[in-house]
Amino acid sequence: MSRRSTLGAPPALLLVPALVAATFLVVPLATLVIATPWSRFFELLGTEAVRDALGITALTSVATVIACLLLGTPLAWLLARVEFRGRSLLRAAVTVPLVLPPVVAGVALVTALGRNGLIGGLLRDLTGVTIPYTTVAVVLAHTFASMPFYVLAVEGALRASGEEYDVVAASLGATRWTTFRRITLPLALPGVLAGAILAWARSLGEFGATITFAGNYPGTTQTMPSLIYGALQSDPEVARTLSMILLIVSVAILASLRNRWLVRP
Amino acid sequence: MSATPAGLRADIDIPGRVTASFTAEPGDVVAVLGPNGAGKTTLLRALAGIAEPGGEVMLNGTSWTDPPVLVRDRGVGVVFQQQALFPHLCALDNVAFGLRSRGAARGDAERVGRDWLARFGIADLAGRKPRELSGGQAQRVAIARALATEPALLLLDEPFAGLDVGVATALRLELARHLAAYSGITLLVTHQALDALTLATRVLVLDEGLIAQQGTPADVAARPRTDHVARLVGLNVLRAGDTFSAFSPTAVTVSLRPPEGSARLRWRGAILGVSPHGDALRLLVDAAGAGRHLIADVTPAAAAELGLTPGREVWLSVKETAVEWYSAPRSGR
Repeated sequence: MSRRSTLGAPPALLLVPALVAATFLVVPLATLVIATPWSRFFELLGTEAVRDALGITALTSVATVIACLLLGTPLAWLLARVEFRGRSLLRAAVTVPLVLPPVVAGVALVTALGRNGLIGGLLRDLTGVTIPYTTVAVVLAHTFASMPFYVLAVEGALRASGEEYDVVAASLGATRWTTFRRITLPLALPGVLAGAILAWARSLGEFGATITFAGNYPGTTQTMPSLIYGALQSDPEVARTLSMILLIVSVAILASLRNRWLVRP
Repeated sequence: MSATPAGLRADIDIPGRVTASFTAEPGDVVAVLGPNGAGKTTLLRALAGIAEPGGEVMLNGTSWTDPPVLVRDRGVGVVFQQQALFPHLCALDNVAFGLRSRGAARGDAERVGRDWLARFGIADLAGRKPRELSGGQAQRVAIARALATEPALLLLDEPFAGLDVGVATALRLELARHLAAYSGITLLVTHQALDALTLATRVLVLDEGLIAQQGTPADVAARPRTDHVARLVGLNVLRAGDTFSAFSPTAVTVSLRPPEGSARLRWRGAILGVSPHGDALRLLVDAAGAGRHLIADVTPAAAAELGLTPGREVWLSVKETAVEWYSAPRSGR
C-alpha cells in the first residue's frame, strides 16, 4: 500500500481491463468447479466409457513418458554435449512440434505412418501391420507432441549441470558412457524429472494430433480429451466430471513445477 | 633429439595461446609461474589432453600426440582450479571414482579410497557430500582423488586458490609430504612464489604464452627475469639490454636529498603507496629513471620522521654490493 500512497491510485484505464482479464480467466474454471456433479462424481467415474478413457489416458501418457525418457534423453545429451555439423538445425527441427498446430502434427503422422503413408504403407506391405487407429498410434501422436518439451527441458538441465564434470570424469579414466551414467545423468536428474512431468502433462491434454491420427474409438484410442469432446454433446455431466479430473491434475502439475527443487537442482 | 625413456618431454605449441618446450624427470615437481593469461592453465590442459591439441607430448617413451591419446587413457591426475568434486557423490565415492572407472571392483576401489582419505587425515569425512566440506577439506579430497589412480603425471591447477591463508599453509605442508612420496611428475600451476619455493624442484616462468625463464626455485627467486616473478618474490629487478640487476627492498635507502654514490643506482620519484609489510612499511615509488616502479622498505619511525606519504618526492639509492647482476643466457625475449 505504500507504493499506492506515494504514486497514487492505479488509473482506471489499466485497472478495468486488468480486472476484466482476470475475471475472464478465473470465472470459467470457477463455474466448472461449481457445475461439476460432485454428488455423482464417483458414480460417473465408474461408467465403462469413462473407465476406458481413464485407463487409455493413463496407459498412453505413461508410455509416452517412457518413450521420452528412453529416446529423448539421448537426443538431449547429443544436442547438449556433442558438437556436430547441423546441430542448431537439428535443435530447430526438434522444436517445431512445440509450436505446430496439433492437427497439422496429426496430418504429418498420417502422411508418414498412415495406411498409405511413406513408411506406414511400406510397413503394411512387408508385415501387414497398420498403425493408425490403434493404441500405439495414440502413443506415437502423444510422443510426437511431448518429446520437444522433454528434450528442451533436459538439454537445458544438461547444459546447466556443466560440461566441466565430464572433463573431470574423463581425466579419471571414465568412458563417455560411464560418465553419462554416473555423473551427467544424476546431475541432470531434476531437469529429467521436470521434463518428464511436462511431457506427461502435454500427453494428458493431447487431442488434435490424436484424433487426426488415431481416431476416437472407445476402448482403443479414446482418451480423456477425446471422450470429453464427444460427451459434451450427449452427456455434459460426464464431460464436466472428466474435465474436473484434468483440471485437478493440471493444478497439481503446476504446483509441482513451481517447486524449486524441480526447477533448480 | 632422442627421447629419454623415463620422464616427460613436452613441446606444446598452441598458436596464440602457449608455446613451450620443457622436460621433467620422474619425481620432479615443476612449478609453473606467470601472470594471468600467460598460458599456464592452457599448458596444463594441453598436457591433460583437454585443450585443443597442439605440439607433441611424450611420457616415459610413449607419445600422447602421435597418435593422439584420449584424456581417459593418459593416466593423468588433475586437480582443477575449482575443486570440481562431483557434487552428488560423497567424498569416498569421489576418490573411488577413478579406480572404478579403470575397472576396479567396488569393494577394492572403496578400500583404496578410504586409505587415501586416511592419508589426508579426513577418513572420518568419507560419507560427506562436497557441499558439507570446508574449502580445505574439499581440496584434500580433490587431491586424494587425483592421486588415487596413481597417475604418472599429476597436474595441479592453483590448488590453494580461494583457501584461507592458514588453511592454504597447512595444506601446502601436507602436499609437500605427499609429493615427496610420489614417484611421478608433478606440474603445479600457481600464483604464489611460496608454492614454487616450498614444493617445486624446478620452476617454469611463463609470460605471454612463452617460457621466460626456467631453473631451480632458488635461482629463479634470486635472479628473476620477469616483472611478475620479481613482484612475487618481492625484489626490485631492473633490466638493461640482456643484463638484469636485482636488489631487495630492504637494501634501499630512502632520503629527501640526492644521495651520494653511483648515479645509476639512485632514482628520484613520487611515492605512490605505503603499506605495512611485516614490521616495516613498504613504499611503492614511481622511479622515473628506473623506468618502472620500485619498492623500498623503511621503518615506521623513519617514515614518520621523513614524512613519507603518498605524493611525496623522494630519492632512492642502493649500494653496489647489495645488487645482484646477471644476464639472460638466451636472447629472444
